[in-house]
Formats: sequence, structure tokens, C-alpha cells
Amino acid sequence: MSAPLLDIRDLSIEAHKDGERLGIVERVSFSVATGEILGLVGESGSGKTVTCRALMRLLPTRSLRISGGKIEFAGRNLVTASEAEMRHIRGARIGMIFQNPASHLDPVMRIGRQIGESLVLHLQMSPREAKAQTIELLRQVGIPDPQRRADDFPHQFSGGMRQRAMIALALACSPELLIADEPTTALDVTVQAQILRLLVELRDKRGLSIILITHDLGVVAQTCDSVAVMYAGRICEKGPKRDVLAEPLHPYTSRLIACQPSASAEAGLLPSIPGQPPSPSAWPSGCRFHPRCERAIGLCRSSAPELVTVRSNHVAACHVTAPARLADEAA
Amino acid sequence: MDRFRFVLYRPLQLLPVLLGISIITFVLIRSIPGDPARLLLGTKSTPEAIARIRAQFGLDEPLWVQYLYFLKNLFNGEMGTSILYRIDVVRLIGERIGPTLSLVLGSVILAIAIAVPLATAAARNRGSLIDHTIRIISTAGLGFPAFWLGIMLIILFSVKFDMFPVSGYGDGFADRLHHMVLPCLTVALALSAVLTRNLRASMIAELSSDHATAARARGLPEGMVFWRHVLPNSLVPTINLLAVNIGWLIGGTVVVETVFSLPGMGQLLVRGIFTRDYMVVQGVAMAFACAAVLINFLADILTAAADPRVKI
Repeated sequence: MSAPLLDIRDLSIEAHKDGERLGIVERVSFSVATGEILGLVGESGSGKTVTCRALMRLLPTRSLRISGGKIEFAGRNLVTASEAEMRHIRGARIGMIFQNPASHLDPVMRIGRQIGESLVLHLQMSPREAKAQTIELLRQVGIPDPQRRADDFPHQFSGGMRQRAMIALALACSPELLIADEPTTALDVTVQAQILRLLVELRDKRGLSIILITHDLGVVAQTCDSVAVMYAGRICEKGPKRDVLAEPLHPYTSRLIACQPSASAEAGLLPSIPGQPPSPSAWPSGCRFHPRCERAIGLCRSSAPELVTVRSNHVAACHVTAPARLADEAA
Repeated sequence: MDRFRFVLYRPLQLLPVLLGISIITFVLIRSIPGDPARLLLGTKSTPEAIARIRAQFGLDEPLWVQYLYFLKNLFNGEMGTSILYRIDVVRLIGERIGPTLSLVLGSVILAIAIAVPLATAAARNRGSLIDHTIRIISTAGLGFPAFWLGIMLIILFSVKFDMFPVSGYGDGFADRLHHMVLPCLTVALALSAVLTRNLRASMIAELSSDHATAARARGLPEGMVFWRHVLPNSLVPTINLLAVNIGWLIGGTVVVETVFSLPGMGQLLVRGIFTRDYMVVQGVAMAFACAAVLINFLADILTAAADPRVKI
């Protein structure tokens, strides 16, 4: 088996605030193979966005820094890469799209020029070539009448069209990896489905690898090959999508799945996980999910569970469920 | 289509503004004690001479009749005859508009030329020694009154180093440019202080904006992110600030023209007030009002050109 395109090992990120150091992300590991779509799932504040900003080396250097681990991308460790090296990777080899395309596009520059900017910068195209390529890219992401729309400003696009333009922008230089940070959260459901279909299509056509950050397990079920679930700065479970969604091991994953609304469910209040996700300044001891976990035992309070492999590629960090499943498998 | 309509109709807004200004200046200048005829004749005044001058300029009519005459003249593009200079006020303004126009224009250009690099340096090195130094300088710039600053500049650059003339307007383009440097600098220093602070703040906001992050995520070097995305976006609020400050700027020219003995409209206005030259004061005030409205109109067009989201 060849090495994965992206391999993150024990990545830790610290925040500096008033002389205090807070561990925002702790020893996160995951990998993405060529052509794989990985869903990175978790509540707001669980560290999924920070992790992806770190792998682009776009953390605000005043407040956040990588404190350990490595990010191996196509055989290169991005943690130690120079800023000049990173500039040739950002946009050219790793593309990124964002939750709110309206604010992530420059409001005073024409869409076509924003896309052309990357082409001229990374591929040394002439302005004329860039213009032609821009129109082709807009066509590929399904923007009707791209010739004319390339001269529009972002505010003249609808929400879905803006996200398509953002995707065209991120894919302009044919990167190998696309980081999609909640790309459909700000869109309505029909448009959401179209955008997700477009992402899967691009993967199929170009062999693109995608990290899809989301808090929506429905999105994961539709699009991803594998899932990593983050809670309070740590990965608590990861594995192939089918295994994780069908047989979740970590109680947090189980609760997340239980919280998904389904069309067939009887009317009534949606189930929710009691309590609030903790903040980095007050991480709970031991397993960080224990205050909200109904299966917590004494051990959960005092020691943090390690990730245990229960089946091929399916790992979970839980003192209760993981050993039980291991025992089942053995029997 | 909308833009054409705006350009056509917006100047019509001038009319009510000018009407208001005409009433205010008309009443204000006449409520200052003192009789222009008496001031003009000085010690040689006899009751007959005063009456003759008053009749000549229509000052013996009731106030409302005088105002209606003034309005009627305005519609014909006339503003009466100066009591002091005995020439047409429109012609008088035409002769004095040059120094004032070059002072305002020169100050704005100079202020922008000072503010953009300073704000850039401060915003891109936020919290550093450079940033603090620039903040202290611009705060100080706000605090210095123009008459004092003007005199200090004269002492330094004209008296001590003999680089620029002390006062006057000069002859010929190059000489005039030479004469305008210090007056423009006087106004520009204060104006650039306001602009620098404003521009720095909007640059800092734009530097951490989502679209700047997205541009960095596309691999753009920091310099490109700044010049192509941050700067154009942060200029929009500054254009409006400049337009708002234009009234203050015009007021400032009055002081600066006096300090540097520039034969401009500000000086004309001041002398007009002292000699109760009603027609001149009214005329200059109307011209200033027109200028303020037109500049705001221009700023709206500029804002719309800089930000495609703005609907005018």
C-alpha cells in the first residue's frame, strides 16, 4: 500500500492568552488517501477548523501555534516547511473552501479576476490564458453563462453560485487536496445537495482528496468514505464511514447519531446531548466527554482513554465501550 | 441606468441647500452691528454721503425686499456688486478662486500621500514601535491648531532653511507651486492625521477579514494580499470620511490663507465680514456651499466606483 497523501501524526495546537497556554488541539492523528473523502465531525469549538487551518499553516501566529506533531503532505512535513514553501503549496497543491462564501470572496474584485489571480500566480499563465481557463473552470463547477458571469462581482451571485465560484477558485490550480470547511452550512438544502454532488463528482473525475469539515452526519453519510469524530480538541473515534455510522463505538458518536432528525421519526422534540461542550480553559479531567456521558465510570474521570483499534481501521477512545467490543470480537 | 439618473438628478438637491444657505448668510451678516456705508466712508462720513451709498446698494429698502433682490440676482447668475471693491462679486470670486482651489486640492492630495503610507506601515506592523510612533504623531497632528502650525512651518522652512517663500501666491505655475507647498502642508498635516487613524483602523479590520484569509489560503504572498485585496477594500470608508471633512477643510483654508497671505476666497470672506461687505460675504458663502455639496456628490460617485455593492 502506498503512503497516504496526507498524514497527520500527534498534532497539538496551543493557544497563548495572557501568558497562559491552553491546549486547543491535542495529539490529533488522521490520514487521507488519494481520492478519499474524509469527514471531520464535531461540535463548534471541537478544534476541527483549527486543525485544518494549521495544516495550511494559516493559524493567527499571535494567539495560536503548533506545539507538536507532524503534518506529512506528499512526503513533506508542513510543520517545518518555510513560509516560501507553504506559498507554493497553498492554493497550488491544497485548496480550501469556506463556510461563508459571501465573506470569503473579495467584494470589490470581479469573480473572474479573483480566479485568474491564482492562475497567473501559481501557473504563470498570461492574463489572456488565465481568462480562458477561468471561464472553463466556472463552466466545470456548473455556473451557467460563465463568459458573462466571470465579470460579475460576488454580490451579484446567489449563495449557491458563490460557493461554486469559491470551489472553482480553490481548484483553479488543480490541487491534490481540498479542505472544505462546512461548505454547505450557509446554504439551503437543495443547493447543499448540489454542492455535495459537485464535490463527489470532482473527486471521481480528478482523483481529488477532500477533508470535509461538518457537524452534519447526514452530509457525512452522503459523501464521505471515512470519518473522524472530534470532541474537545481530541479525536474520539475514526474509521470507515459505514462502520462508524452503523456501529459507533464512542458514546459521543452514538449520541450524535441519535440526534440526527429523520423523516420517519415521530413528531416531537429532537433528542439532544445534555450539557455544553467544554471550553479549552476548563477541559474536564480524564475523558473530556465524561461529564456529559451516561456510561461514564470512575476511571473516565481520572485518566484519558487512548485510541484503541477494535477492527481494521476503526479506532475509538473509550474506557467502557472499546474493551467491551474487543472482548466481543475475540469471542 | 440608475447611475445616469443619479448624475442627472443629484445636482438638483443643490437648490434647497442653496436656498437655506442664502437665508442664513443673508440674515447673519446683517445682524452684525455696523453699517457698511459708515465703515466705507470712515471719518469723512456725512449723513448725505451715507444715504447716497445706502441708496446705491439698495440698503435703504426693507430687509425682505433686499432678500428678494438678492434671490432675483442669483437666478440671473449675479451676486451684486462689492461695496468695498466696487466690482461685480462673481468677477471678484473668479479672481480669488485660484489660490483656494489649489490649496484645497493640494492639501487633499498631500494628505492622501502622507496618510496611505503611514496607515499601511502602522496597520501591517500593528502593536510595534512603528505603529505607536505613528499613532503619537497623528494624535499630535490633530491637536495642533492650523495658525500655529503654519507659523511654525514658516519659521522652520522659510526663515531658518530658506526653502520656501514666507507668503504670497507667486507668478507662473512653478513659482505658484513653490508658494503653495507650505500652506498645503499646513492643512494636509491635520487632515492626514484624521485619515491615517481611520485608514489604519479599516486596514486592520480588512487584514483579518475572511476574504484576506481566503486569499492567503490561495497562496498569495502577504504583500499581494495587502495591495490587491486589503487596500482597495479599506479605501471605501476613507473616501466618505474625506467628504465629511470637506466642510472643515474649507473652514481651514480661511485661517491658512490669512497666515500665508494668499489672495483666496477665505481671505475675501474675512475682509468682507470686517467691512460688512454684504454682497461679498453672501457670494463667498454661496460658493463654499456649492463646493461642499458638489464634493459630497463626487465622493458618492467615487464610493460607487470603489465598491460595486454601493447603490447610488
